[in-house]
Amino acid sequence: MKEEKDYIRDIVAMRSMMERSSKFLSLSGLACIMAGVYALSGAFIAYKIFHFNPDKMVDESIQSGSLPSGFLKVVFLAIIILILAIGTAIFLSYKKANKSGEKSWNPTVRRLLINMAVPLIAGGLLILVLIFKGFTGLIAPFTLLFYGLALYNASKFTFEELRSLGLIETGLGLISSYFVEYGLLFWTLGFGIVHIIYGIYLRNKYER
Amino acid sequence: MKLSISNISVNDFHKAFESRIRLGIMSVLAVNDVLDFNSLKEYLNITDGNLASHIKTLEKEKFIGFKKSFVGKKPNTRYFMTKEGKKAFDNHLSALEKFIKSQK
Repeated sequence: MKEEKDYIRDIVAMRSMMERSSKFLSLSGLACIMAGVYALSGAFIAYKIFHFNPDKMVDESIQSGSLPSGFLKVVFLAIIILILAIGTAIFLSYKKANKSGEKSWNPTVRRLLINMAVPLIAGGLLILVLIFKGFTGLIAPFTLLFYGLALYNASKFTFEELRSLGLIETGLGLISSYFVEYGLLFWTLGFGIVHIIYGIYLRNKYER
Repeated sequence: MKLSISNISVNDFHKAFESRIRLGIMSVLAVNDVLDFNSLKEYLNITDGNLASHIKTLEKEKFIGFKKSFVGKKPNTRYFMTKEGKKAFDNHLSALEKFIKSQK
């Protein structure tokens, strides 16, 4: 017959099995910090070198049909930052999953990604529309807003802290859509500073 | 046989749940609506044969059910927890809880 400690071990095993099969816990805190660093450097380059700081909701030169070359450079820069951030996240999470003997591509990851993808793709398409209609001032606020919604949606399938991170990003997005002239500043705060703080927090809490 | 530990009996523990692997299968299916064989295998980290025999035991008890479908030409079996399975699993959990409490 089983003894008390066997039953306790049963409970521990069941708990870990439920958690492992419903939450993706190999997200890397360092990846979050790195995403923040990329965002900070990107915002710096856009502001200092490309002199990008939209202070109005609508850019009339785009509405008249021509995209200014400085603007295209900023879009290109943004895409590079996005690829760097996602690449780092995939690489570091893959390493972390391998270290803990977990498969990095399992049903939990797929669910996490699908739940993030819906708000992100909707937001991305909306932002493309905004670019072609000349609403450049709303691009930064809307990236924050939809990224925040994606995190909030995904938080059920990974660390629960992502929920509050999602709410903060959504809030920053909403506020900055009113104060359009500070759009780049809010973007730097949301994607740069907040990511770095959260990354350090996740590292301290889960990777010790 | 009815061995009594304080006021609960070992009969409250279903014997299908004596194996930790079967408990694992039930735990995973409690939080995932449906899962295919390979996903179950990944989570439990056991061999095909071992998993198949434990699944068979749980199927015999009617605790889990399956749906067969095809992905391309490959057959794909997806498992889920039945209502009876859910009830038995919940009973087992509360029996465990009672047992641990009675030991304190």
